[in-house]
Amino acid sequence: MLKLTKAVFIFFAFSLLSYGQLQAQHGHEEEKILATESHSEEIEAHASDAHAEEGFNAGEFVIDHVSDSYDWHITSFGDKHISIPLPIIVYSKQPELHDGQAFHVFMSSKFHHGHSAYKGFRIAESEEFKGKVVEMDAAGHEIGTPIDISITKTIAGILASVVILLWLVFATANLAKKNKGKAPTGVQNALEPIIFFIRDEVAKPAIGEHKYEKFMPFLLTLFFFILINNFMGLIPIPPFGANVTGNIGVTMVLALFTFAVTTINGNKHYWKEIYNPDVPWWLKFPIPLMPIVELSGVITKPFVLMVRLFANMMAGHLIVMVFVSLIFVFGSLFGPAVGLGASPISILFSVFILLLDVLVSFIQAYVFTLLSALYFGMATSEHH
Amino acid sequence: MGLVMPNPGTIFWMLIIFGVVLFVLKKFAWKPILTALKEREDSIATALNSAEEAKKEVAGLKADNEKVIAEARREREAILKEAKELKDKIVAEAKDKAVEEAQKTIAQARQQIEAEKTAAISEIKKQVAELSVSIAEKVIRKELSNKGEQEKMVDGLIDDIKLN
Repeated sequence: MLKLTKAVFIFFAFSLLSYGQLQAQHGHEEEKILATESHSEEIEAHASDAHAEEGFNAGEFVIDHVSDSYDWHITSFGDKHISIPLPIIVYSKQPELHDGQAFHVFMSSKFHHGHSAYKGFRIAESEEFKGKVVEMDAAGHEIGTPIDISITKTIAGILASVVILLWLVFATANLAKKNKGKAPTGVQNALEPIIFFIRDEVAKPAIGEHKYEKFMPFLLTLFFFILINNFMGLIPIPPFGANVTGNIGVTMVLALFTFAVTTINGNKHYWKEIYNPDVPWWLKFPIPLMPIVELSGVITKPFVLMVRLFANMMAGHLIVMVFVSLIFVFGSLFGPAVGLGASPISILFSVFILLLDVLVSFIQAYVFTLLSALYFGMATSEHH
Repeated sequence: MGLVMPNPGTIFWMLIIFGVVLFVLKKFAWKPILTALKEREDSIATALNSAEEAKKEVAGLKADNEKVIAEARREREAILKEAKELKDKIVAEAKDKAVEEAQKTIAQARQQIEAEKTAAISEIKKQVAELSVSIAEKVIRKELSNKGEQEKMVDGLIDDIKLN
């Protein structure tokens, strides 16, 4: 039953993904329509983006807002862009192209929002490396990407969320030490019910009364990290608003941690169930059908975790952005008056989706933690 | 940047950041929080337990008290009953004894009266005999004042003896 649900979920997630991609492609192919001056008057100021003067491209607009970037864009007025520059850290295997140095650290403001090159680096314009920092040869051709560990918008968002997370948890820890054996106070009151929830509703039933304690720090960190980042993604003002949990790299690392903890803590019974499960012998010999299925399950579990969180958060952001961009689509198709007329409906829908996303933020953080706990429970269970 | 392709730079930083955060929180934050929670829960549980026990103890004391009171009441009744019985017994005994004493006294009195009566009768008999003798003496003295009479008498007596 669980396997079936998983399969359905993977299918669903992939269809969602491909839909997002389709949308992005569609956006690129869309005819560029001339935008009007009214854009900057709209409530959503950041919507009038770099392409405002050449026409409104909804697909690009939406994808730009949910993808990673090298600077943190706040708003634009016509041609003037206001954004927070972020450090670019690259290592090139061809130092002769970059003033003889292999390792470079500089701020993204040197690129002037992707309009100019710096020391032989620039933000790619070609389709192949689109949006990434690329190296250029002497003739100005993009020859490939360097090793790129820049602090992008997503990383900056993670750092901001980590600051909040550390502050919250350490404040609680200090209060917990101070209020030993007494009633909780302050921020302790906010966190403790969640901690109790994770412990009593997630860890204990999923892992078991005797082994859950070992996994509590990981589960709590996971839950709060995801929850805080989900929430921060919904607030559209820096240092919030980075699409952290909607970034597949981030969810991949989270899933990898779950996978690593599961694998490290897997006991004899767990591995026996994978390599030699209790099934009729002809399912194991001569073709080890069940072991293959079980092994693929080991990989599928974290993969599903990764895709589920990513797709949910990404979809939430996409839909909100699509509703916002509807204003400008109507504006450029039928004139500013129609765009203005459509804005209340668009905003209403955006707000509704945002509220839904608040719910989704909780649910996804909970689901990720619960499934991780279930996997730990499977890895440490002694018998059925 | 590709939407569904994980970016190596993101993975690199995320691994470091999440790893460090996990380590730091595990070591310095979650442990004290979880132990504090556990301690508090335990202390609350023990407090509740002891309250429950105290309640039970109080209930036990109450039951004990009632038992003691009931016992005391029963004892009092027993004592009262006993006392009443004792009283009745004493009274009855006293009554019996009095009756006995009275009868004894009456019997004694009767005996004495009998004895006195006998003594009186024998005194009277003695007196009567003396009187009779003196009367008889006087009578005889008077009758035997002449010689003839005396002889007659002697004869008569002799006759009587002869008859015997």
